[in-house]
Amino acid sequence: MMLEFQDVSFRYPSDSYSMMEHLHFSVEEGSFVSIIGPSGCGKSTLFRLINGLEQPQSGQITVKGVPISKLKSYAGFMPQKDLLFPWRTVEENICLPMELQKADRAAKEEACKKVLQQVGLTGIEKKYPSELSGGMRQRVSFARTLLTGADMLLLDEPFSALDFFTRIEMQEWLLHQWEQMKKTILFITHDVEEALFLSKTVYVISKPCPFSSLERIDIPLAYPRDRSALEQPEIIHLKEELIQKLRKEAVE
Amino acid sequence: MKRHLPSLCVTVGILLVWQLIALLIDAAYILPSPLQILVRLWELKEPLFCVHLPATMGVTILGLFISVVLGLLLAIAMDRSEALERALYPVIVASQTIPTTAIAPLFILWFGYSIWGKVLVTILMTFFPIAITVFDGFRSTKREMEELLLTLGASKSDIFLKLKIPTALPNFFSAIKMAVPLSVIGAAIAEWLGAQQGLGYFSKRMMTQLDGAGVFAPIVLLSVAAMAVVAIISFAEKKIITWRKEL
Repeated sequence: MMLEFQDVSFRYPSDSYSMMEHLHFSVEEGSFVSIIGPSGCGKSTLFRLINGLEQPQSGQITVKGVPISKLKSYAGFMPQKDLLFPWRTVEENICLPMELQKADRAAKEEACKKVLQQVGLTGIEKKYPSELSGGMRQRVSFARTLLTGADMLLLDEPFSALDFFTRIEMQEWLLHQWEQMKKTILFITHDVEEALFLSKTVYVISKPCPFSSLERIDIPLAYPRDRSALEQPEIIHLKEELIQKLRKEAVE
Repeated sequence: MKRHLPSLCVTVGILLVWQLIALLIDAAYILPSPLQILVRLWELKEPLFCVHLPATMGVTILGLFISVVLGLLLAIAMDRSEALERALYPVIVASQTIPTTAIAPLFILWFGYSIWGKVLVTILMTFFPIAITVFDGFRSTKREMEELLLTLGASKSDIFLKLKIPTALPNFFSAIKMAVPLSVIGAAIAEWLGAQQGLGYFSKRMMTQLDGAGVFAPIVLLSVAAMAVVAIISFAEKKIITWRKEL
């Protein structure tokens, strides 16, 4: 298992209610897992726990069987906003994780070159983030996430701020990247269609707080995929079902 | 150039009106005309540029330098320690209401005519605004960026060096640009109160001689000097901060 939550309970100190109680779930190595649920239900909190920004009150989170407190650089986090540093060039932004890991200069330069080529951004190394479009900024942010060297990538609604066409383009791009890299991706979204198109498995936060399990749905589609797969009757059915479910929760 | 045209027109307009009124009053010891001031500036060029301007700039630059160093240290200390921030920040803000000009004579009393009394007045006028502005810059660091760095395994000093300093850099430049005129004023006031040289002192001496144009000449020089320093800093700022438009 790439990632396992074992009996995890968590409550924000300022809240009167628990976010999750005795939560169990796991993610297989190399899979593409989306976590879906209405806003404010604790999706991002899951990432904060995995990242170690928050500590669970009880239970344990392990990556490849090792508790995360004993690990370093086990997850690459890509936030909703690209959070590129405006005073750094693309190159300097991308190299930030390696810089913090005290990598030497030659290694940094080589890795940077390679990753820029991989994400299709050669030639913009010396540009500043303010000179780039929204889609390009997200790609740079993704490249930065890749250079953490982690096998598991945590993507928190990375495309939600983009316009419709850029979003579709980026989804296809991400799928392509994932197929080539063989990394494990955890992807938070509230967009049902996005989750269906991208993931091998969708986890639905099925109950309002506190929740203790995630409802698992395996998507019956093979890779590589294209958008027309979303037109298949069983996918349309699945989509309707998910929307109904999330809607009910939102009302409750 | 086109951008400065409106402000240039206003300046020229004010000078024309001033010239006109001065001509009407026709008493240079009450209101010298801009032209008379320029002529006097030229006549006094030697003592002004060789003796008094260097003296004032010496006080200004020394005071500013000490203020920047102390202000930065205080801002960093308050950023590091919340206890220190809570203890000092309100006191500093409150201290800004103390009229420095009113207590400046005390420093002259303590330090005599040496440079340190004047430098102290300058420091007192600029140190706190610098500390507060830079500290506010540190505080404007985006929490999300800090957390991103934490997930990348950054240490406290990494966060300070790679995030807080660049975030506060525009504030740092604003602080200095604000502090330059203040320090010039501080130096001039101190010289006015007690000195043997400097533009403030010179202006006061001309006053006792009822030389109106002679009072204004060093003041003109003083503001031109302050503007020049601010321009140099703005130039450096533009070279260093290439990303400001986004913030």
